[in-house]
Amino acid sequence: MSDTHTTSGGKTSVWTKHQVFEKNSIFLLIGILVMISIGGLVEIVPLFYLKSTIEKVEGVRPLTPLELAGRNIYVREGCYNCHSQMIRPLRDEVERYGHYSLAAESMYDHPFQWGSKRTGPDIARVGGKYSDDWHRDHLRNPRSVVPASIMPSYPWLETTALDTSHIDMDMRVLAIEGVPYTKEMIESAASDVKTQGAAEDSLTAPFLKRYPKAITRESGGVQGRLTEADALIAYLQQLGTQVDFKLYDDKANIR
Amino acid sequence: MEQKTSAPSGHANGSADPSAPAQSGVGTTGHSWDGIEELNNPLPRWWLWTFYACIVWAVGYWFVYPAIPLVSSYTKGFLGWQSRAQIEVDMAELKAMRSGMTTKIEATELADIEKNPELLSFARAQGSAAFAVNCAPCHGAGAQGFKGYPNLNDDDWIWGGKAEDILTTIKHGVRWEQDSNTRSGVMPSFGRDGILNRKEIATVADYVLSLSGLAVDKGADLAAGKTLYAANCAACHGDAGAGNQEMGAPNLSDKVWLYGSDKAAIMERITLGGGGVMPAWSNRLDAATMKSLAVYVHTLGGGK
Repeated sequence: MSDTHTTSGGKTSVWTKHQVFEKNSIFLLIGILVMISIGGLVEIVPLFYLKSTIEKVEGVRPLTPLELAGRNIYVREGCYNCHSQMIRPLRDEVERYGHYSLAAESMYDHPFQWGSKRTGPDIARVGGKYSDDWHRDHLRNPRSVVPASIMPSYPWLETTALDTSHIDMDMRVLAIEGVPYTKEMIESAASDVKTQGAAEDSLTAPFLKRYPKAITRESGGVQGRLTEADALIAYLQQLGTQVDFKLYDDKANIR
Repeated sequence: MEQKTSAPSGHANGSADPSAPAQSGVGTTGHSWDGIEELNNPLPRWWLWTFYACIVWAVGYWFVYPAIPLVSSYTKGFLGWQSRAQIEVDMAELKAMRSGMTTKIEATELADIEKNPELLSFARAQGSAAFAVNCAPCHGAGAQGFKGYPNLNDDDWIWGGKAEDILTTIKHGVRWEQDSNTRSGVMPSFGRDGILNRKEIATVADYVLSLSGLAVDKGADLAAGKTLYAANCAACHGDAGAGNQEMGAPNLSDKVWLYGSDKAAIMERITLGGGGVMPAWSNRLDAATMKSLAVYVHTLGGGK
């Protein structure tokens, strides 16, 4: 090997040409960028055009404005640092958490909240697993219901009024990214927040037409206003519940 | 410095013949930075061959497993292996492994499961595992409960403590609106909705305390409390406060208190009303698991 690296005697080989990269940091940098881009292109781009990436499923709908506001709080508080939302197709995970996650279930998530670390449990299917009251108690002080928990307390969520002044703008941005929010959905965002959070019966029917099977609830809030905890709980309670796995055909989506 | 000057063949100026052995007896690569040169030691053979073997292994992977994206599909690999097909196989294996016992559990009445030592031991093991994952976050790892979440070890049952009652509660939940067969029964918000004023709530709370023999404030008007109780509470909780499991109205004459036994806690419950919520599990757990859970909870100690 030693002779291929030498510069003596005017010998040129592939190895000597490589010296251009070794001796010029800017070429090395460009070379590295090119190589990494190829890796990225080959691994990521096909996911955009291969039709089999996202399963065809029924029931997956965009988040309601209240759930979306809750999702924003989920991201803001960094919940994804400790909780994944990705049940892998492995026996122990399916046994503990339920059906493995489908790509379709997070197709409207921008950015997705799959996470990569489980300090706490996976919460891809936490929706409907506990009561709203439990979430309230647990967010206020996790130790009050799970004595061994190391999760931080989030007591301010239930005392902070929910800011929904920009939720329609969030929806507009998501619509640009491909989430099927209609003009009607965006325009009625503010009232939909109230409808879902206060279970106002007169407005529930059109709301449920926009967001089928969404759960309306009397959230209480603070002095008649919805709180951040109300929004976060609305978000958590729909996680993993949109696809009915009694109807879903696993065999059709083996690929 | 000492080394450099004493080195043979003029290494100090960096223009040495790379093939000439330095002090180490190994040639250099010819690279020289500020007079520091790089010995051209060959890579250890074991390392090099391991490296080549890894490359060959990786190429093998491309052919054996799904690997390369194409225009409308991707290479599927000789084995035709799919993670989603594999999990189907794994879960089917698991089901088959358990089916000997789970089919028996499914086919046997709860009371008979408890009479059969083999079935009981399996049901308790399965129930215990399912309890840890699904129930412990509310009811506690030892089923001891928390404020607002009932203790399942004692013999005080809100919705009934027979194994069948427990199974119904597990299947359909409590005040779980998404399940049409859920256990329902909501206490009115006597304070918030203005049915009773604060003084009346305090008076009736004193009477409720007296029902289970707890200490009552001096000068409490128990007679007035009794009248208020009869008018507002007795329909569900019973004249003597024995409760009604049909409606989930807790027994007020015993010493077990879900939200606390001090006067303030009782006044809070009368003011707010409502009641605890438990999810329905029939969409999440299979029939055998729910039966095992019912047996597990029933045999914790307080089952009727």
